[in-house]
Amino acid sequence: MTDMASLMEDRAAAKVISDNLRKPVDWDSPKIARNIKKRYAAERRFKIYGLVAICLALLALCTLALSIGSKGYSAFYQTYVQLEVTFDPAVIDPEGTGDPEVIGRANFDGLIKQALRDRFPDVTSRSEKRNLYGIVSGGASYDLRERVLENPSLIGQTRSIWLISGDDFDMLNKGYIDADVEEGSRRLNDQEVSWYNELVEAGAVEKQFHTRFFTNGDSREPELAGIWGAAVGSFYTLIVTLALSFPIGVLAAIYLEEFAPRNRFTQIVEVNINNLAAVPSIVFGLLGLEVYLNVMHLPRSAPVVGGLTLALMTLPTIIIASRAAIKAVPPSIRQAALGLGASPVQTVTHHVLPLAMPGILTGTIIGMAQALGETAPLLMIGMVAFIVDIPGGALDPATVLPVQIYLWADSPERAFVEKTSAAIMVLLAFLVLMNGLAVYLRKKFERKW
Amino acid sequence: MSLSFLLLAVAALCALSFYFGRQRAVALSGGRHSNLHSLPVHYGAYTAAWCGLPALALLLIWYMFQGSVIEALIISDLPQEILGDSGRLSLALNSISQIAAGGGEHLTVSPEIVDAGRRLANLQTIANAALVVVMLSVALAGLVLSYRRIEADMRARNNVERISRAIMIVCSAIAILSTVGIVFSLMFETLHFFSKINPLDFLFGLEWSPQTAIRADQVASEGAFGMIPLFVGTLLITLIAMCVAVPVGLFSAIYMGEYAAPKFRAVAKPALEILAGVPTVVYGFFAALTVAPFLRDNGAMLGLDVSSESALAAGLVMGIMIIPFVSSLSDDVMSQVPKSLRDGSYALGATKSETIRQVIFPAALPGIVGAVLLAVSRAIGETMIVVMAAGLAANMTVNPLQAVTTVTVQIVTLLVGDQEFDSAKTLSAFALGLVLFLVTLGLNVFALKVVQKYREKYD
Repeated sequence: MTDMASLMEDRAAAKVISDNLRKPVDWDSPKIARNIKKRYAAERRFKIYGLVAICLALLALCTLALSIGSKGYSAFYQTYVQLEVTFDPAVIDPEGTGDPEVIGRANFDGLIKQALRDRFPDVTSRSEKRNLYGIVSGGASYDLRERVLENPSLIGQTRSIWLISGDDFDMLNKGYIDADVEEGSRRLNDQEVSWYNELVEAGAVEKQFHTRFFTNGDSREPELAGIWGAAVGSFYTLIVTLALSFPIGVLAAIYLEEFAPRNRFTQIVEVNINNLAAVPSIVFGLLGLEVYLNVMHLPRSAPVVGGLTLALMTLPTIIIASRAAIKAVPPSIRQAALGLGASPVQTVTHHVLPLAMPGILTGTIIGMAQALGETAPLLMIGMVAFIVDIPGGALDPATVLPVQIYLWADSPERAFVEKTSAAIMVLLAFLVLMNGLAVYLRKKFERKW
Repeated sequence: MSLSFLLLAVAALCALSFYFGRQRAVALSGGRHSNLHSLPVHYGAYTAAWCGLPALALLLIWYMFQGSVIEALIISDLPQEILGDSGRLSLALNSISQIAAGGGEHLTVSPEIVDAGRRLANLQTIANAALVVVMLSVALAGLVLSYRRIEADMRARNNVERISRAIMIVCSAIAILSTVGIVFSLMFETLHFFSKINPLDFLFGLEWSPQTAIRADQVASEGAFGMIPLFVGTLLITLIAMCVAVPVGLFSAIYMGEYAAPKFRAVAKPALEILAGVPTVVYGFFAALTVAPFLRDNGAMLGLDVSSESALAAGLVMGIMIIPFVSSLSDDVMSQVPKSLRDGSYALGATKSETIRQVIFPAALPGIVGAVLLAVSRAIGETMIVVMAAGLAANMTVNPLQAVTTVTVQIVTLLVGDQEFDSAKTLSAFALGLVLFLVTLGLNVFALKVVQKYREKYD
């Protein structure tokens, strides 16, 4: 009985619905028009959100580039000061031997100080003199020595020579120190600023291209610090990384893609590779510290250890890229080779691998670019040391470009800010170069089967 | 003889044995290659492999143990009173290795140490010489033995292929080895740490101040090793980063995939990818020198007290870094939604945005959640930005304007610079590393599972 009743109810409800459906919709009614307008407005809004999102991301990129560019471009120029230097024979070579060794040991610093005192004769007190000597960098004496060693006939003459200036003076000349603020809150006092103004009026201050920045190692003096040491360290580290991760990665990829049976071992390897790709880089640093330094006793701060650590990190990248490249080679190539009697190994080495090589190389270059920019794991294995010498091999203590950037960013001197930004520009230039090469390779050798 | 010379010598021997092996095969064939089982090249490769591989394997094993064996020898001869004290022992070992390296004239140390230094230098010379002799003789022995085994009907190709397959298996096993290495090295030091500090205090402690006394007579705090404040800081920064990266990344992926004209996409997509390629140290510099001062100054104008190492600055910049990651992953996921769903929605009269919001987004949601989880694990493990832009003090706060510290920052500060091994302070870095590894691993495995499930659904 209840069944019957509910059935009747359902029928009634269904009739109401079908009646409603049958009623024609008035598409021109104001209600519908309003509704459509609203929906189109929502559509436009949604589209604008997307555009805003992309613009925000691009804005962030531009801000980043601009802030680094505007801070760093001045580091490629360095302030030089012109001084009348007297190459006093009594200081350089009192006995007139002409022996390069004697000349090399001479007190060229004293010559510069003398020149500064001659330029500003009214400076007498000790502390004022110390400030005065700060105009010229401590590294200028090396330049003078080189000059005299190259041309011993200078001895006894007086020449006007451009000498590299100290970092505070350089900052003043580049406008980073505002001479208008109160004396107590800037690095240079009024007297030093007046010296500067006097030199500028005499035309004895000039900015020259700063080659030292590209040829020197690290230094405590910003005006003498350069990136060459770090660049060489990066080079050795990357060589070690490449030498290990490229063959191992490619062989592993070939095995997994061409030979591996579907078993537990293969599965575990694949899971492991995917997970390693996502392990935080600092964990690799801990691994390197524990295994390479504490267990194997390899030298601290050496590019070898850095390379070994980074090799483990880039391995997943290379394996994944190589597998994709090998997979892209069509099976017909393999079948043809096998059909002609080649063994599976011959098929791979003679046919599949050469065809997959462009893809593999692209992946490798991208992996190397990642390794070049990596900092955190290298901090763990002691590549943060302050190293002045240019490393001569993969076993010498060294630092790398990103770590150099980190070290300079931590330095308190104002002049290191521009050095840091300039080093970042150099690092980014390398990265752009490498990625550009990867894109070029992909474009040039990309094949559609 | 340095390592590179040794390697060159072995390489030369390999080349030589390749040549000999090949020559011998050619001679055996009597001018007709069909008399041989394999090509002459395979015989050459066979001898070269037997010459080089055992020698290289020996080199690896040797280097794994040389350092620790020599150290054990040196330590066993040191006087008892140094051995008892781990601090003095590491100091002594340090000076010994300095003396052995030819320096250390300025050190004022006891004659035993100087002696030990000389002995260390001696032992190192002996070990290096022994390595050269052993390695070259192994290479030569391999060369001779394999050379004598060459016969016309020897299955050289099969042999060589078996060897190369074994090498490939070893190479793929390195992925497993490095995971095992990570787990074991972290585990080992963490257990060491837990023998000094109660694991419960570490996992649930609310205070973090790892400065312990270096010498016993020094007045210093006990040191507290509770990791909760570090995790709160990490999660705060991660949350800020996600608040930036998820909406921006998602909307740019939608715009790029659905609305953008091909020309616009050709420019904007690589530009977004540049963000992913910028090294993290650059972002750190940007955060510390541009964003943080900007926030501080503007906060001061609004009357807010923004710390110069605020979580906000680090989080914002980290978010910028993760944008391309989120956008490319969610782009992947959304493009996998079958076209039929989209067409069905359009056929019912839905606009583009309605289709995206009500059909594609819900369908792609599991994949997007997976992508966001992967991004979270990225953010948790990110180091350089927070090292340069976040603070060192372990404040338990959720105020983004204050300074917080993170797990990675603490690992770096504990392990960079002078460190005494065996102190709870140094070991705690490994414990933090293990926790970090496990958390990111868990997130990754879970996220990959989610993404995979999602893929299967639409395959």
